[in-house]
This record gives sequence, C-alpha cells and structure tokens, in this order.
Amino acid sequence: MKPCRVALAQIAPRLGDLDANLTLHLDAIQRARRQGAGLVVFPELSLTGYLLRDDVPEVALPLDDPRLSRLLRASREIDVLVGLVEEAAGHRFHNAAAYLSGGQVLHVHRKVYLPTYGMFDEGRDFAAGDRFRTFAAPFGPAGLLVCEDAWHPSAPWLLAQEGAEVLFVLSSGPTRGARPKQKDVSSVAVWHRLLGTTAQFLTTFVVYVNRVGYEDGLNFGGGSIAVDPFGRELAALPALEPGLAVTDLDPEVLRRARTAYPLLRDEKLDLVRRELDRLLVRRYDLPGAELDDEEARTLLPARPTPTARPARRRAR
Amino acid sequence: MSRRALAPALPGEVELRLAPAATTRILTGFLRHEVERVGWRRVVLGLSGGIDSAVVASLAVRALGPAAVTPLLMPYRASHPLSLLHAEQMLGLLGAVGEKIDITPMVDAFAQQSGATEPLRLGNVMARVRMTVLYDRSAADRALVLGTSNKTELLLGYGTLHGDLASALNPIGDLYKTQVRALAAHLGVPAAIRRKPPSADLWPAQSDEADLGFSYEEVDRLLALLVDARMSRAGVVRAGFAPALVDRVTRMVVGSQFKRRPPVIAKVSTRSIGWDFRYPRDWRT
Repeated sequence: MKPCRVALAQIAPRLGDLDANLTLHLDAIQRARRQGAGLVVFPELSLTGYLLRDDVPEVALPLDDPRLSRLLRASREIDVLVGLVEEAAGHRFHNAAAYLSGGQVLHVHRKVYLPTYGMFDEGRDFAAGDRFRTFAAPFGPAGLLVCEDAWHPSAPWLLAQEGAEVLFVLSSGPTRGARPKQKDVSSVAVWHRLLGTTAQFLTTFVVYVNRVGYEDGLNFGGGSIAVDPFGRELAALPALEPGLAVTDLDPEVLRRARTAYPLLRDEKLDLVRRELDRLLVRRYDLPGAELDDEEARTLLPARPTPTARPARRRAR
Repeated sequence: MSRRALAPALPGEVELRLAPAATTRILTGFLRHEVERVGWRRVVLGLSGGIDSAVVASLAVRALGPAAVTPLLMPYRASHPLSLLHAEQMLGLLGAVGEKIDITPMVDAFAQQSGATEPLRLGNVMARVRMTVLYDRSAADRALVLGTSNKTELLLGYGTLHGDLASALNPIGDLYKTQVRALAAHLGVPAAIRRKPPSADLWPAQSDEADLGFSYEEVDRLLALLVDARMSRAGVVRAGFAPALVDRVTRMVVGSQFKRRPPVIAKVSTRSIGWDFRYPRDWRT
C-alpha cells in the first residue's frame, strides 16, 4: 500500500433527510481536505439516518442517482466513503457502503449481516448482501464492512485473505448506557476491544467510523477509531459528540507488523476449506453426514488441493 | 440471614450500578436533541417534591438551561406538606421559574360529579388532572411534556394510564428506581429528597413500598435478573428470591402490559397502524 491520510467523520445524520445530510457530508469533506486527507470516511447510513423502517424505499438511491453527483464531484479531489440505502436491481434495498473516487463509484459493499434481534430489525427492512470482496483503492487493497459484519470474524478474515491491508468499518452503533467499570459509554469500549483484536489478528489497519446523535431514544455512541496492524490506536474521537479526526496510515508500519507476525502468510486456507466442507456436510445432513471423521476422509470425494493439482499434471 | 446476604452477585450482563457522569451526558443529549428535532425549545414537567421529578428537572435544566424549563407544582389539598416544600427547594436549586397550580378545585369538582371518592379512583383523577394541566401548558407554551416514570414503576405498572404515565419524552424510563437514586446524588438533589420514603402522595401517609409490599432495592435486583438478563424463575429462586415474590412480581409485570402499549387496533386493511405502518416516533424530524 501507499501512505494514506484518512479522515474519520463522526457525524449525526438527520433521519430521512438526504438534503440536510448531503450538506453535512460536503462540510466534513471540506474540513478533511483542508487537513490534507486523501480519504474521508462516514458512518453507516450516513446519508439517510438509521431508524428508517418503512422510509427505506423513500430514501433509497440507485448508484447512478443524480443526488449522488455532488459527492461524486467532490470525490475528484478526495476519496469519499459513505453509507446509504442502495436501490439495486429487482428493487432490492441494501444497507450499503460506497467508495467514491475520481468521480466514480469505485466499490460498493452491501451489508451481509443484518442484525434482527434485540433493538435491531434490519432483516425486515433490507436485502442482505452476499459477498465480501477486497477492492483496489487508490492507496492499496482495502475491504469494507458495515457494523454487524465486523462481529462475524469470517468477514474481516475473508477480506484479509484476499489481500486487504486496510479495513473500513462503517457503523451506526447504539449504546446500552454507561456502566462504572468502563471508560466511557458501554458500547465504545466493547467496539475498541473488537477492532483492536481484529487489526492484530489480521495485521491490517482498521478504520472504524461510528455515528452519534439520537433517534427515538436510541443514542449512537461515536467513539470512532483508527487502529494500526499491531492493534494500537492511531486516532480516536470521543463518545457521543460529533467530530473529525485525521490520521496517517503508514505502509512501513504494515510491513513491520506483517514481518513480526506473519499470521496471514501462515494461514492454512486448504485446511480451513476441508474443515468447512466437513462442517457443511454435518450441518445440512448431506450425503456422508452419517460417517465418522475417519470414514468420511476416505470415502468422500477428495477435492484437489492447490498443491495437489500441479503434482498430478506432472505425473501425466 | 437476610436475603441479600444469600443472593449472589448479579451475573456479568446485568449491572445495576451506572456511570453517573456518562449517563447524564446521554440523557441530557437525548433531551436536547429530541426537543430541538420537533422545532420546540421548551419543556414542561410536574415537580412533585419526589426524587424522580427532581432528577428529570435537573437533567432538563442541564440540557436546556433553566429558562427553557417550566416545572409545575400541582398540590392537592391532601398532599403531604413536605412535598410542596421539597418541590420549592428544588426550584430554588435549579434556578427555574416554576408555577404552583392547586388542583384541588378541579379534582373535587370532578369527584363530586363522578362519585370518584375511593382512594384508587380519586388518585387516578388527580394524576389525570395533572396530566391535563401539563398538556394544556404544553400547547400554550410550545413545550414538550417530560415524563418522570422510572423503569421499576413502568414494569410494575405502578402508575396511572393517561395520567403520570403520559409524556412526550421520558429520560428516566430505562433507569430502575435505585439507579435514579444514584443519579440523583450525582446531580446534587438534596439528601432530604433522596432519602425520604418514596410515595405517590395520592392520599395521606401513602408509601410506595408499603403499597407494593417490597422494597425498591429488592425488586430492582429481581427485575434486573428477570427482565434484563431473562433469567428463569428457577434461576432467580436459586439466586435467593422467595418464590412468592417472584410470582407476584411476574404477575404485576405481565398484568400491566396494557399500560405500556398503545391501544390495540383491530386489523382490517392492508396497512395498519402498529402492524405494517412502521415509522419511528422521530419520523422525518
């Protein structure tokens, strides 16, 4: 990767008000530019607010919608990562993150894990995404996650396996109050622990931007943070208040982390796949599920492994 | 041996203690944002002289400044004289301009017409007259009505429907009584108000804990286990709570559900309010 100065824009979007939120974005973009940032990151659903429910179709945008043109224009000067409701083919509404660069939509991630429990009802309002893909950002390979995605370890893991060196997590995370033993509101400490661990496990930069503000008594915690591939805090914003923080992602630090802890190098993808195949057979009661592990190994059709394939060709 | 000595520490996911400064930040931010988003600047609330309304008034003054808060003191002739005294003491501390409105003539006129003289009905009338006064003032001053019911009362149904349960915003509805007490100390509510026995003050010498038959401290721990941790009946009994108490409290929570929900609407269309017409209260604000 190349050096990248990134701005974390911790804003309080107005619920259901695209125009007001566009203004909020353009203002933060200006401030980020003035501080020399090459990229500004906004929270989940930053253009629309969170608690939309039946308003989801009202604020949904196809990616070629003219209402995105001002942001796209701004992205000729500085990359912009925003959260929005994307109206995709088939009138499917996705809770999506869009990376805008050079006047184009460079990459879109559609939230895969839509929390539908406790205070969350996203599975009812949104269509789920179906992939995690690393993309080539101007500064290097990157991956996007939206809030709950980050709570499924396989999601950042997949992005890191595909080469992501920076992970962005856009979030609208509500707090559950404030307890005495935590430094701040409850959710911020929990998120920081998760993100630090993710960065350290995967030796990637992690940039997390969470919104602030209130909707129907939900209070969004903020506490946006950038973490280096050693899991160390690079920059952080306070809980509950809007703010903008700028930090530099240094490729040298990434190199040192991956040299010191070559965890990604040592990952055994083939083993993971074999074990996953076995789990899938068991979970869905596929043919072979009744066999014990030893029998399954000998009887189930063995899939060629990346190392086995060239070996066979040589034999021919 | 006391029950508390037997009861183990609450499981990790349940924490009745709170961080008062951070909680205050959340709640004052809540009041500020929710008042601003409807385009109003003022709030109005009933100041009873008790701890709950003292906390709500303190939060409102911190959030909006004393000039934006109108506390109304609404005594009835049978109210405890200390209630008014404590309410006036709070007013002085807050620096807000309150107003005293004696509800005796309104309540008595109603009671005379309706025959509502037994304590429960009369208590309900008092609570609803106070609500009428607050909502009248809300329209007159463009001020949102603040609720002062805490989580314990809301769960037990210890309040009057369309009376003290009615409000636009309730900053303490997710705080148990014992948590309100902790917050009150942080906010500088005088000890005399914090330490006196809680009372709805609907008739002389009324006491919440005598009405309910258990202490707030005990029931808050029980509710935290049943509601927040979703612990089973067997689990809370193992934790040291008497089965009879557990059953009684469970009946109270279930039996008062109607007080916590809007009226039931019979569905006879494709898109019905409450079922498939789903918008937040803060819809487009």
